[in-house]
Amino acid sequence: MQATAVLEEVVRVPGVRVALLASLDDGLVVAEASLEDADTSAAAALAARLVQRLRALTDAVAHPPLALVLVTASEGQLFAAPGGDGLVLIAVTRPDVNIGALRLALLDAAGRLA
Amino acid sequence: MSDDITRMTAELAGDPASLVFIRLADALRRRGQLDAALTVAERGLARYPAVADAHDLVARIHADRGDGDRAFGAWTDALRVAPDHVGAHKGLAFLAFRVGDFTRCRRHLERARAVAPDDPQVAATMARLRGLEGDVEPQPMAAAPASPGRQASPAASVPVELPAPAPTDQATLLFDQQGRVLRGEARRPDGADASEVVAAALAGVSREVERAARLLGLGSWRAVAVEGGPVNYEIRGPTPETLLLLMRGREVPAGRLSRIADRAVVDARAWLEALA
Repeated sequence: MQATAVLEEVVRVPGVRVALLASLDDGLVVAEASLEDADTSAAAALAARLVQRLRALTDAVAHPPLALVLVTASEGQLFAAPGGDGLVLIAVTRPDVNIGALRLALLDAAGRLA
Repeated sequence: MSDDITRMTAELAGDPASLVFIRLADALRRRGQLDAALTVAERGLARYPAVADAHDLVARIHADRGDGDRAFGAWTDALRVAPDHVGAHKGLAFLAFRVGDFTRCRRHLERARAVAPDDPQVAATMARLRGLEGDVEPQPMAAAPASPGRQASPAASVPVELPAPAPTDQATLLFDQQGRVLRGEARRPDGADASEVVAAALAGVSREVERAARLLGLGSWRAVAVEGGPVNYEIRGPTPETLLLLMRGREVPAGRLSRIADRAVVDARAWLEALA
């Protein structure tokens, strides 16, 4: 399945503002789907950097690599799910998103993109 | 052991009303035959609902199966029958410890200690709890059977132990933005202390989270949840200068971990204020 098609499925989850696929190494956008005029390059860079930092956590405790990161903030959430090929799937949402539904959608999408 | 099980099975078959079901079910549990153990224990419990040891045993089997909710229910039932049942208090203390509810853990341990003051597992767990709360150096959680340590009862001959916690899949670690450990610990699966490595790895990460949230129009960050393999993590910032990491096994779902983190943040702030 094409990356864009996978992202469009993610962005259909109510509350998702932006869904994008980025390179984990350099944080550059590979593909995106957005419902608004958002700065996806910033989201990609910041989320990729955060995943890199948090990988150090799982390394430090000698546990398997992380599968999902969720940043909860007052005005929304940032999700990041590392996939295969050095890519990370990212979603930026409004605060009222169904976290459980989006979590499943992202993990499913990350698996299909692996 | 196998001969014992055969003998006890025959004894129970000959006398279905025998209390040997407790020792039989416990022997099966120790051999890892948890389904068979549960069947024997529940059948016995149906016949003897007023025997606290039977509830305790059912709880242990559920705990071994990783079903904390059912274990909690069975140990609570044991206390309804026998409010001073040491095994039930130890079990509930263990469950509370696993989810980071140290207040409840301490309460059950104190009840257990009042009945069994010489129980080494209770003493060791109390010491570990004090270590996590910053009073003394952390000590290893008692993990092996040490002594019966519970009230006498018709079935008290069953050897019992505080269910072995898995300290390497849980952690509560408070550290500052410079990566210096303030309180708590985190361990690797091999038991090695990873506290300082973790603190160093995450030092300053909240500033990156804060920046990301601001630039993405998400407002102020509240929590970072991480799912990874056998554990879930949650990172909070009790104060602008500190970070709190909680790590729990996957049997603690992310939603529950978030609630545990809420309480841990309050505790951390109180602890920091007391230091000031």
